[in-house]
Amino acid sequence: MIPELGHFALLLSLFVALVMGILPLAGAQLCQHRWMALARPATTAAFLLIAFSFGCLTWAFYVSDFSVLYVASNSNTQLPTMYRLSAVWGGHEGSLLLWVLMLAGWSLAVAVFSRQLPEAMVARVLGVLGLVLAGLLAFVVFTSNPFDRILPPPAEGRSLNPLLQDPGLVYHPPMLYMGYVGFSVAFAFAIAALIAGQLDAAWARWSRPWTTAAWIFLTLGITLGSWWSYNELGWGGWWFWDPVENASFMPWLVGTALIHSLAVTEKRGSFKNWTVLLAIAAFSLSLLGTFLVRSGVLTSVHAFATDPRRGIFILILLAIVVGSSLMLFAARAPKVSLGGAFALVSRETFLLVNNVLLLVTCGAVLLGTLYPLIVDAFGLGKISVGPPYFNAVFVPIMLPVLALVAIGPVARWKHDDLKTILGRLWPAAIVAAAAGIALPWLAGGWNGAVGLGLALAGWIGAALVSQTADRLKKPGAPTASWWGMQLAHFGLAAFVVGVTLVSNYQEERDVRMEPGDTVMVGGYTFKFLGVREADGPNYRASVGSVELSRDGKTLGTLYPEKRDYGLGSMPMTEAAIDVGFTRDLYVSLGEPLTADRENGAWAVRVYFKPFVVWIWGGCLLMALGGLLAAADRRYRLRVKRTLPAPAGATA
Amino acid sequence: MNRFTWPLIIFVALVGLLAVGLNLNPREVPSPLIGKPAPDFKVAQLKNPEATFSPQEMRGKVWLLNVWASWCVSCREEHPVIVEYARKGLLPPVVGLDYKDKREDGLAWLSRFGDPYLLSAFDADGRVGIDYGVYGVPETYLIDKAGVIRFKQIGPITPEVMEKKILPLVKELDK
Repeated sequence: MIPELGHFALLLSLFVALVMGILPLAGAQLCQHRWMALARPATTAAFLLIAFSFGCLTWAFYVSDFSVLYVASNSNTQLPTMYRLSAVWGGHEGSLLLWVLMLAGWSLAVAVFSRQLPEAMVARVLGVLGLVLAGLLAFVVFTSNPFDRILPPPAEGRSLNPLLQDPGLVYHPPMLYMGYVGFSVAFAFAIAALIAGQLDAAWARWSRPWTTAAWIFLTLGITLGSWWSYNELGWGGWWFWDPVENASFMPWLVGTALIHSLAVTEKRGSFKNWTVLLAIAAFSLSLLGTFLVRSGVLTSVHAFATDPRRGIFILILLAIVVGSSLMLFAARAPKVSLGGAFALVSRETFLLVNNVLLLVTCGAVLLGTLYPLIVDAFGLGKISVGPPYFNAVFVPIMLPVLALVAIGPVARWKHDDLKTILGRLWPAAIVAAAAGIALPWLAGGWNGAVGLGLALAGWIGAALVSQTADRLKKPGAPTASWWGMQLAHFGLAAFVVGVTLVSNYQEERDVRMEPGDTVMVGGYTFKFLGVREADGPNYRASVGSVELSRDGKTLGTLYPEKRDYGLGSMPMTEAAIDVGFTRDLYVSLGEPLTADRENGAWAVRVYFKPFVVWIWGGCLLMALGGLLAAADRRYRLRVKRTLPAPAGATA
Repeated sequence: MNRFTWPLIIFVALVGLLAVGLNLNPREVPSPLIGKPAPDFKVAQLKNPEATFSPQEMRGKVWLLNVWASWCVSCREEHPVIVEYARKGLLPPVVGLDYKDKREDGLAWLSRFGDPYLLSAFDADGRVGIDYGVYGVPETYLIDKAGVIRFKQIGPITPEVMEKKILPLVKELDK
């Protein structure tokens, strides 16, 4: 009964979304105030209905109602409650329902926090969101209904993929979807502005906090995903250039470009068409990501079951949403006025170059991701594109981006000259040179890659410090968004340090170990004490004990596990990690090499990973910087449309 | 037509590419086993643990080897298709291979969903599966009179695969 109620609420929400999508938009064109006034209540109703529907599905998981096919395919009674609840989004149907729930949630947030916006603008923004929502709801209802029954119900469900039984799954997909879906708001603002023909500073200011908010979630989602694969896959890697990872990384790159471009549009009125295009592109790439992940056109370690009907449906949806937006863009963009002029040496130029580079990077990632598909489509064979391509393309484009991160913020809007900029940056240049030459010597032998990486990190960090010192000498406290920018750029520098050091100084050993054996890696001694068998809630585990010591001093014991979740699933590796500020010690258990599991020899993989936590720490700082920027009080002020932007705030 | 149309044109090309891509199957890695003799094995039967089965016994016949398991959800989707076609007498003999399963679960599954198989071999530890390169259940192999694998279906057999690929090939091999 409860699943039927959920299904009914879902069907109802489709109609409500159609009302929300059609009437307010039509009302805004025809000046029908009653129609426009429908936007907010319809949004609230759509959200409540979808939330109710999601609640029903969650309930079916909680009580293990295996007469629902989706529950039977993704959960069983032995699954701990936390994973039974997060299994709601462990499969295709449920994750789409989560997608839709979040879209409705973002729409509701827009409806609630848009009191200072003109009526027609609110109606158009919510209308566009309503149309997108209706499209995705139709996708769920017609091809991926999570409430389908299976009769007779099986006595026990199939378990959730053991890879997904990790706290990472509880947080990672919702965060990622919040980011993906959040770009729909920036998209809706862009489309609404295009329809109204009002691409101005006010539009940019309204878009900015929403774009930043979505970007924060996407940053956190990607970070959690990377952290999850580091912990769960047992290879010690943190990024694999997998198609599904790329699908989330492309909107991030464009979203980052959008944040910077919006700053120019708000402050200087330039880059309007470019900003609109980026807003469309960011959300289009989110939809494309959903298509790539859900249609099965690409193979990935995130092996999802696929159904050709779903692929066609979502491709049509993609074509309608993005195609109509780009048509609108092609029709309206030529009429948009150019903003303030700027000289070759100015902050606008630096931001433009940053934007172009980020977009080129995104294009390169897109090409690499789709290349197997292109080759296959032209009948040229089956190939796969792996990390060597992505690293070879990505790193060289990112180097100038990193160099610009220090320069952009110290350059003036409109016009500046190189001499003054260099005058502001020479201390940073000295620090960069010192960091690039001296630090690698101390860290264990100079090499070009480490020198370059540390020099760039030092360059960004030192420029930040000197810029902050200069700013604090001036009267007036910097705004929250200024601090946000500094923090995010600082996070980027920390990220670069982590990536540089771990990829150049990491040590790994793959060894056969019997109880009592020791191995030295990175100056630490790992002593294998043996393995004991233990039972988990729904698995059997072989738990190894590895004692860590350095220079004869014992530091602690790690317990890497090998878990067997029963028939039909691969054994899972649970790596044990001793996390530290300057290094991680990572141990994962391989296969038993003798019949005697408890006292025999095992294959053991040991890693020494210097500064690896700086990677995720840097990403967290970036997200935190975004949070500060989005929380800036000027976004909460009631501002008249024509007022110029307040002075003193920075991009 | 202006320069702002370019994003639209690029997008249309991308959608065209993706539409073509939808009709391709990236998982359809050409199996190295196609055109090679089916690996030999000898395992117990599911229903009758005393009796054994070996592909040798099928020499001189065109037959299908269908890998299934009671824990496999996609098999539930595929099974009715096999049952239906077998009932209509359109299929050559189908031998099941119950893969990494428990005997009682496998038997219960067959009695609930129907048994279209000549017999089912029981591959409890998945050794046969390793020889055949099984990496996802269900998988199905079409083997000719000389014991050579002629076709491999990865994932569930849909009526479309049955009509367009398996049945025409069976007809041709039966000549």
